[in-house]
Amino acid sequence: MAETTQLEKPAIKKREPLFGPKERKLLTDPLNDNNPITVQVLGICSALAVTTLVWPSFIMAIAVVFVCAFSSLFTSLLRKSIPKQVRMIVQLVIIATLVTIVEMTLRAVDYAVSRQLAVFIGLIITNCIVMGRLEAFAMANKPWRSFLDGVGNGLGYGGILLAVAVVRELFGKGSLFAGSPIEWKIIGPSADYMLNTTTISWLGWYQNNNLMVLSCAAMFIIGVFIWIHRSWNPKLVDVS
Amino acid sequence: MELVNIFIKSAFIENMVLTYFLGMCSYLAVSKTVKTAFGLGLAVIFVLGITMPINWLINNYLLAEGGILGQDLTFLRLILFIAVIASMVQLVEMVIEKLSPSLYNSLGIFLPLITVNCAILGGNLFMVTREYNFTESVAFGLGGGFGWFLAIIAIAAIREKIRYSNVPAPLRGLGMAFIITGLMGIAFLSLLGIDPAAF
Repeated sequence: MAETTQLEKPAIKKREPLFGPKERKLLTDPLNDNNPITVQVLGICSALAVTTLVWPSFIMAIAVVFVCAFSSLFTSLLRKSIPKQVRMIVQLVIIATLVTIVEMTLRAVDYAVSRQLAVFIGLIITNCIVMGRLEAFAMANKPWRSFLDGVGNGLGYGGILLAVAVVRELFGKGSLFAGSPIEWKIIGPSADYMLNTTTISWLGWYQNNNLMVLSCAAMFIIGVFIWIHRSWNPKLVDVS
Repeated sequence: MELVNIFIKSAFIENMVLTYFLGMCSYLAVSKTVKTAFGLGLAVIFVLGITMPINWLINNYLLAEGGILGQDLTFLRLILFIAVIASMVQLVEMVIEKLSPSLYNSLGIFLPLITVNCAILGGNLFMVTREYNFTESVAFGLGGGFGWFLAIIAIAAIREKIRYSNVPAPLRGLGMAFIITGLMGIAFLSLLGIDPAAF
């Protein structure tokens, strides 16, 4: 026993810390300086289509974090045995398998939302963030770091997704989390809503903005987000 | 006439980019100059026009219940479609590299990324859900590709011009591209009024 513990100790000392500053950077970088949507411009399609309501966007965000994290992990574990010529197919198979798992789980847990998201859960396969991170990071880094990078990028993506969805649902429908167990009705013309526009006289003019329901609105909102993000973080400004 | 209708409908009225917002990533990233946008647009037309009939054959003769294998294999649809698309993109990549190395270099990473361009897989899935027949699927593929081509050329031209305008610095580049696309989307909404049967 004594011998084995002595043998193990130096090995532990050599190992890098499990969650040091480098690892923390992997998680926080995609939230700000290297955000998948506002900086890398990857994975826009689903960001536009899903965000009319907050609840589906929330589910979508979780699904992307899951797929991104685990596809990075598995690709990184396999990175030394994947031949360079067929790496895309291998990556696609890993992603497609994970997406199928997510799709089946969602169908079992919340059928209504899974029908709402139907095509877009499938389109996670072609979500460029997942593939982009596998190419750029997981193929060249160790599993634990790749996993954190995947989680970070998934969260960076999910954060923007939720922010866009909150704006669109609040102004387009007057509610938040519609269709979920915790449905909040914020503003609207009946007694169900917190701010009832028919009884509060100074809100009588209020109407839902139907533009927010159109997919064009998502373009404007992301455009404005990029504007805010870059004026707050000037080193991201496009100089070209 | 039916085929012309489908072409016009998929190119203008139900434009891939401006109505469904599919294939945004490469649309936004490669639209800085008209020249590269032109090359990528042609590549997308080609890939959509060729994967659509191939995937139609696969879907109807291989995966459908009455197909050659005699079993319902539709759960393999996503993987097989992606495999066909990936190999076609590989083909286009080799052709462009041979014919125009400068275009090949300027397209860079976005050429292999046509594989994960949602417009291609999305278009193929639309073809399945709308139950087109073989010739209709060819028309739909070419029309959808043409619509994508049109949209990326339009935004590239606008972005080339807007470089000389005084846009607020944080909005310059990407932010402006998003807002222009939003405006183009609203403009294309007005085409919803067209009746394709009138052609």
